[in-house]
Amino acid sequence: MPRLLEGIMEAFTLIIKLDPELMKIVLLSLQVSGAAIIISTLLGIPLGTWLGLKPEKKTALINKVIYTFMGLPPVVAGLVIYLLLSRVGPLGVLGLLYTPTAMIIAQVTLALPIVTGLTLVGVRSRGKEVEETARSLGAGPLLSAWTVVRESRVALLGAVVTGFGRVIAEVGAVMMVGGNIEGHTRVMTTAIVLETRKGNYAYAIGLGLILLTLSFVINTFLYRVQRGGEVNS
Amino acid sequence: MFDKRNLKLLGLLMALVLAAGLLAVGCAPKEEEPGGEAGGEIILATTTSTYDSGLLDYLHPIFKEKTGIEVKVISQGTGQALETGKNGDADVLLVHDRQAELQLVEEGFFVDRHDVMYNDFIIVGPEADPSGVKEAGSALEALQKIAAGETEFVSRGDDSGTHRLEMRLWEAAGVAPEDQAWYASAGSGMGDTLRMAHEKEAYCIADRGTYVSLKKDLDLVLLFDGDPALFNQYGVMAVNPEKHPHVKYDLAKKYIEFLTSQEGQELIAGFKKEGETLFFPGLGLEE
Repeated sequence: MPRLLEGIMEAFTLIIKLDPELMKIVLLSLQVSGAAIIISTLLGIPLGTWLGLKPEKKTALINKVIYTFMGLPPVVAGLVIYLLLSRVGPLGVLGLLYTPTAMIIAQVTLALPIVTGLTLVGVRSRGKEVEETARSLGAGPLLSAWTVVRESRVALLGAVVTGFGRVIAEVGAVMMVGGNIEGHTRVMTTAIVLETRKGNYAYAIGLGLILLTLSFVINTFLYRVQRGGEVNS
Repeated sequence: MFDKRNLKLLGLLMALVLAAGLLAVGCAPKEEEPGGEAGGEIILATTTSTYDSGLLDYLHPIFKEKTGIEVKVISQGTGQALETGKNGDADVLLVHDRQAELQLVEEGFFVDRHDVMYNDFIIVGPEADPSGVKEAGSALEALQKIAAGETEFVSRGDDSGTHRLEMRLWEAAGVAPEDQAWYASAGSGMGDTLRMAHEKEAYCIADRGTYVSLKKDLDLVLLFDGDPALFNQYGVMAVNPEKHPHVKYDLAKKYIEFLTSQEGQELIAGFKKEGETLFFPGLGLEE
């Protein structure tokens, strides 16, 4: 117990001092997971909206596949991307293994099903109704789809934030394809694993606190938006 | 359905995420740029024992100052590091399984192998020493005592250099430990395995470097050392550019030259933790 307290004290000094190494790790985490979530949003929201507006019977199988991949274990995603990107793998010539790009690819495979799946659920609840109204008012297919997206934005925002929360906190995939290289591919979660292994608890706890704080900020935001949505809709 | 404050928040989040993404995209090309004339980068696949001890954090800034070359370190078990090198995913390796290294050089996967440094493995355990390992005359006898006493033993179990040595010792001692109730295969790095042995009050074979750097947190004492069978030789070698034309062989060669140079060897000898030398330069024992 005293070690945990000591760790927390030391962690606060590291955070307050804006320890440059610590800041670099936090920044890279945000960059990698931020890029992954942007890509997942740009692909997942159109895909989820499209699927959500289709009749449920026609898309049953693909829905099940998406729901399954929403629970894809990060290490499995990491392993598959690792084998694809290794020099002896099919995409080896690109030389992407152990780069931030590889980490973004791995996190997209984790976040995309979540964004797509939650979008699909959100759109399905009211989308058809909205689409028909838009159509009856003379909107074309694209414009009515856009109306659906706008009307479902609370659900879609929830999808994006949930996806982000998932990838910023995962360790298995980024460890495997990034290699935890100092200053290049070391993110918060892989640094926690390393520092714990080295018995450097203060640093590990410091990173843990930052991760928790980030998660708190994201959830506070999500909560407010969802509540706002309920009150006003 | 959205009040103004929430829209503002939404905008802010979008801007943040977008900025993060742009930064990431801005950083990405830099990572892929091949090294220029001076400097450049190489990927070193090494073991947890060299990395966690802090030795590389101490050597690499000096190497970078001399050559401008940045060493990106991936620390894995020796088995995985050898595999990473065989696949061409690293440029140079610093590992400790001399037999396997020589074998893979023979098979053409690696070139320019040199013995860099050595230390030794030790047997640690609870101070009470229920199996009497302290009185053992050899490493084999120590293991036989642990087996006979059926006291708990934690193994790395991760195909690392340490795990491979442990398995060779069990075989020589005529013990098949895998299915025994007292034997736990951790499947973890050295630090985690030592901590597990500490929690379970179990015996464990560890490399001296990791044990020394962690021992202030462990209720484990050194019970047996000094048997030549416990020597731990580290070697450095480059991935064969004929197998993998993309590897940065020239830079890897500079790294090998640095480690084996008189300066590199003196730096290794001078690296201390808790007042103890962790690695001794050169070749320990001929097999």
